[in-house]
Amino acid sequence: MGTLLFNLFAIFTVVTAVGVIVCRNTVNGAMCLLLSLVGVAGLFVGLHAYLLAFLLLLVYAGAIVALFLFIIMLLDTKGQDRPRLSGIPVAARVLAVALIGAGVASFIARGRLNSPDLATVPDVGSNLKLYAYQLFTTYLLPVQVLGFLLLIAMLGVIVLSKRFEGMEDVK
Amino acid sequence: MIDFYLHLHPLVQGTLKGLAVICVIFPIAGVCSMAERKVSAWIQGRPGPNRAIVPWAAWIPFIGPFLQKLGVFHVMADGGKMLFKEDSLPGHVNKFYFVLAPIIAMMPALTTVTAVPFGAYLDEAGRVVPIALANVDIGLIAVFAVASLGVYSVILAGWASNSKYPFLGGVRASAQLISYELSMTLSVIPLFLWVNEPGREGTMGFARVVELQSNPGFWGGAWFVFVMPISAFIFMTALFAETNRQPFDMPESEADLVGGFHTEYGAFKWGLFFVAEYSHMLIGSGVFTLLFLGGWNPLPWIPLATLVDWLGVTSPILVGLLSIVIFVTKVLALIFFFMWIRWTVPRFRYDQVMEIGWKKLLPLSLLNLVAYAIGIAVIQS
Repeated sequence: MGTLLFNLFAIFTVVTAVGVIVCRNTVNGAMCLLLSLVGVAGLFVGLHAYLLAFLLLLVYAGAIVALFLFIIMLLDTKGQDRPRLSGIPVAARVLAVALIGAGVASFIARGRLNSPDLATVPDVGSNLKLYAYQLFTTYLLPVQVLGFLLLIAMLGVIVLSKRFEGMEDVK
Repeated sequence: MIDFYLHLHPLVQGTLKGLAVICVIFPIAGVCSMAERKVSAWIQGRPGPNRAIVPWAAWIPFIGPFLQKLGVFHVMADGGKMLFKEDSLPGHVNKFYFVLAPIIAMMPALTTVTAVPFGAYLDEAGRVVPIALANVDIGLIAVFAVASLGVYSVILAGWASNSKYPFLGGVRASAQLISYELSMTLSVIPLFLWVNEPGREGTMGFARVVELQSNPGFWGGAWFVFVMPISAFIFMTALFAETNRQPFDMPESEADLVGGFHTEYGAFKWGLFFVAEYSHMLIGSGVFTLLFLGGWNPLPWIPLATLVDWLGVTSPILVGLLSIVIFVTKVLALIFFFMWIRWTVPRFRYDQVMEIGWKKLLPLSLLNLVAYAIGIAVIQS
């Protein structure tokens, strides 16, 4: 049952993720992204990380993809024709093929993770308290750094989107 | 009967329980639409719907005309109309998303029910056991997460309709729902800070919240609406915005947007949006009842166990039914409150909605959180 569900969710996630880049209509792409996130949440549930699953739904599926859709609709982007292959320089084509080849080769060579025994891995994603404890002790620095990065991004957006004409606007 | 039920496969049991809950929510949502018309009529000093009657009911003296005046049969008339009307599909819409949107509207509304406990019974040891479809440890996060997916129905409906007013409604809805989700989430954090006292297993479930509101003593039995009135106020306001109710019904404000996101919809597809809105209200009121109004406890300072003692009821089924009745009564009272507000507070302008959300509620909920965090740290340490 567990393996079957895992396989189903894994296939679902990959197929919808491919859909994100294949769809010509951007709204379809965003909806594929949403479904892909739901698939990842399903995978988390399979790992008994219920908290992570619902946080993923809450933050990404509930707010961020909704904002993507919001922007897509505001800009009213029409699906564009796919770029012709002939317009791409030879060097870029060779590089792309080489990168994909390297990716597939590394996946074949070292794709199987040398994962430790599941029983020894601390189960921090399942329990609210353990998760919060880790967040405020082990991972305190990354959390703070991420928060600072987001603050910078937010300030950047405000500076870029708002026109400051005189000192009056800065206040 | 009960033995037969307990011998069924867990999947069948779950399906039956889910169907039972849906069979309760759908009619309540239908009756709420009727109550909405009747309550608005009473508040405005007019009789409201009072004409429809089925022939056999007209033969019953007194009761028949009374029900007719109450407008009970309009529920059936409305439902029948919605089912048998021509289900038109405008030519200029994106058909796939146009049909999908009302279906998506129903899904979060009915999925969130699973995490909301709606009653409790006492087991042999006298402990209170909550009745819910799934007693998940992260109840509130699950409800918030699934409910936040409801925004897609409105966005997609507005976009797929491919016309001006629905589109504006969809854009407004997405901005409004995301804005108020922040204050809503922040407003309940003090409550869960208090619930997750040090030395306890952490939980975001509703059962523990209600348990804390049914302890003996003055502070133990106090409902959280008295202990954390600001949180309750912010949650309620955000709930109005999240369910698109007046005075926050920007997405469908008929004065400037015709009908907003469902302008192009008709017949049963429109009916699904309508039922989804009421289901959202029901579940939102249920969550509010559990968090702030003591859940299945009949009155403040009188927990369910005390009432059961007084009445002398021992059968778990009767106690369960009693608790469900208490819970549903509170939820329906909140629904009435929703309707009351609708005819009391005029609709905000869109800039006012944004200003209330970002400049008033959000700072207020942050201040509230910091103040309660300090207070809770002092009390619990």
